[in-house]
Amino acid sequence: MTAPETSPPAARAAVPGATLLEVDDLHVEFRQRSGVVHAVNGVSYTLGEGQTLAILGESGSGKSVSAQAIMGILDTPPAVVTGGIRFEGRDMLAMSAEEQRKIRGPGISMIFQDALSSLNPVYSVGWQIGEMFRVHQGASRKEAKRRAIELMERVRIPAAAKRVDDYPHQFSGGMRQRVMIAMAIALDPRILIADEPTTALDVTVQAQVMDLLKDLQRETGMGLILITHDLGVVNEVADDVAVMYAGRIVERGTVDDVFTDAAHPYTEGLMNSVPQVEAKGGRLQPIVGQPPNLAAIPSGCAFHPRCARRRLGAAAAPGRECATDEPPLRLVVPGREAACHYSEEVLGA
Amino acid sequence: MTDRQQAELRKDEVEAGTTTGLASPSVDVASGRQNSLWSDAWDSLKRNVLFWIGSVLAVLFILLALLPGLFARGADPDDCALGNSLDKPSAQHWFGFDQQGCDYMATVVYGARNSLIIGVLAVLFVLVLGVVMGAIAGYFGGATDSLLSRVTDIFYALPLVLGALVLLRVGPTTNIPIINKPGPAAVALALALFGWMTAMRLVRSQVIAVKSADYVAAARAMGASHRRILVRHILPNAVAPVLVYATITIGVLIAAEATLTYLGVGLQRPTHSWGLQIEAGQSLLRTAPHLVLFPSLILTLTVMAFILMGDALRDALDPRQRA
Repeated sequence: MTAPETSPPAARAAVPGATLLEVDDLHVEFRQRSGVVHAVNGVSYTLGEGQTLAILGESGSGKSVSAQAIMGILDTPPAVVTGGIRFEGRDMLAMSAEEQRKIRGPGISMIFQDALSSLNPVYSVGWQIGEMFRVHQGASRKEAKRRAIELMERVRIPAAAKRVDDYPHQFSGGMRQRVMIAMAIALDPRILIADEPTTALDVTVQAQVMDLLKDLQRETGMGLILITHDLGVVNEVADDVAVMYAGRIVERGTVDDVFTDAAHPYTEGLMNSVPQVEAKGGRLQPIVGQPPNLAAIPSGCAFHPRCARRRLGAAAAPGRECATDEPPLRLVVPGREAACHYSEEVLGA
Repeated sequence: MTDRQQAELRKDEVEAGTTTGLASPSVDVASGRQNSLWSDAWDSLKRNVLFWIGSVLAVLFILLALLPGLFARGADPDDCALGNSLDKPSAQHWFGFDQQGCDYMATVVYGARNSLIIGVLAVLFVLVLGVVMGAIAGYFGGATDSLLSRVTDIFYALPLVLGALVLLRVGPTTNIPIINKPGPAAVALALALFGWMTAMRLVRSQVIAVKSADYVAAARAMGASHRRILVRHILPNAVAPVLVYATITIGVLIAAEATLTYLGVGLQRPTHSWGLQIEAGQSLLRTAPHLVLFPSLILTLTVMAFILMGDALRDALDPRQRA
């Protein structure tokens, strides 16, 4: 994945339509015998029609767990989900399990990182895609198969009619992910959550799968939540990006703004740790240290132990001590939010 | 995966990458048949020689059980003449005669019915109990699992033969249906009631293993109900070892029936059963070995037939083992 050469910023400006999803102060905890793991700590965002929101973060930043909480597929207990999740204005957490289940599929759908393990090995791909029509729409077997082939052609699986009876293990990685996408879009969901959809694929196939997702989004106007740790993927397809660290959003804005000039030291660190075409000869600067243990998140700003710009003790401004005062997510410049006491210094650095 | 398959996969990727625009549907559903797990399993079974050997034998023994008169070569197992007592096999009487002078082939053929009925019926009871309890315990976990697992532990503490022995001994004095009427169904139920625990544990552990698979999470994300996830997505992936266990258990339970019979609570004479015959033949092993040989041979072949079928079925149900 290299720096974008095409698509000027104007072409990618977000034009969000009606609001599809509102996530409001979402918390997810896992209560275990050894203590409470705080996986998601107050995440809020909205997603509009046709909008692509990327959620960027390391492993353990809570990005996948927050998506699973929205889908309602976390096992509760041990997980405890609080806050607000409104799909088209309806509070999903207040719904019965059965009402929630009916939204999954036609309302919100999801694709997973590893398509091979996400497809049932004992059924042909056609059976699995067709299952969506049989279960949700009561289609006959013949009808379901016909529509499965149509969908396989729509996600550009070559010789779909011939391959409809093949099993998942007979497909290559990229083709499996297409099968997964075909299942996920079968019922024309309003929102598609893609959890690391291209992480298991090689680079050329990654680009094809992302192009496919963008094309499908253009056709259907669905909202797309893209969960990834891959800055290149975010840069290529997303309108907006939310950067997560230790279960919180630490920075949010349009992709162009955030990628051009980070407002949070963590985002800045991420940008410096990947190769850039423009910056030849320079050394990559990894972020020092490890992501925090979610059972013992550092006090104050969760990022402060790893932060090069932290201000402790007397060096800090009053009420902005990095190890004791937790920075709120605040508007730093129009259209940009960041959770850092010293965002203004990070910007333009 | 062969090189050729690899090359085809790469070709797919290239074609997909170069195809621009969305292909118009050119649907060909001439067959109209949706391949399912079982129809594909059948395609694979059809090509398995061991499956055919097993199923031909099984069909033979089932026919033996259904239509014994056809195979007894005109002899009646209850029409005996003591003058023929313990006669060796001959061209006229292939299996010889038993101590009472009854045609032994007819006796063995007529024994198939009870032995098979008890074996198959007991395994069916075992499967129903084991699969239902194991699937529920494994899928829902928590308190449900604890309760069902403790019940299983309690039954594990009761020895199969002792439990069945006591139940069959007191059964006729109670008014529990099936158990209170001595006969094959009572024996089968008694064996199943004290023999389902391994099947339950097997199913439970399989369900727990399969439950955490990504495709189960995916099925949930696509809006499948608990019942559908359990029946359509988990059980088919969990059932193969259970089927293999069940086929072997048919033989084990037929042998257990013989034990109960030997102890005097299973089937009673003049009923014909391989267990009774082997037991009666034991004491005459040196003078008339054919009395033990023939029922044991047929019993072994029966058990083998089911094991061969079970093995073939296990392979057929796992698409990853197909070429």
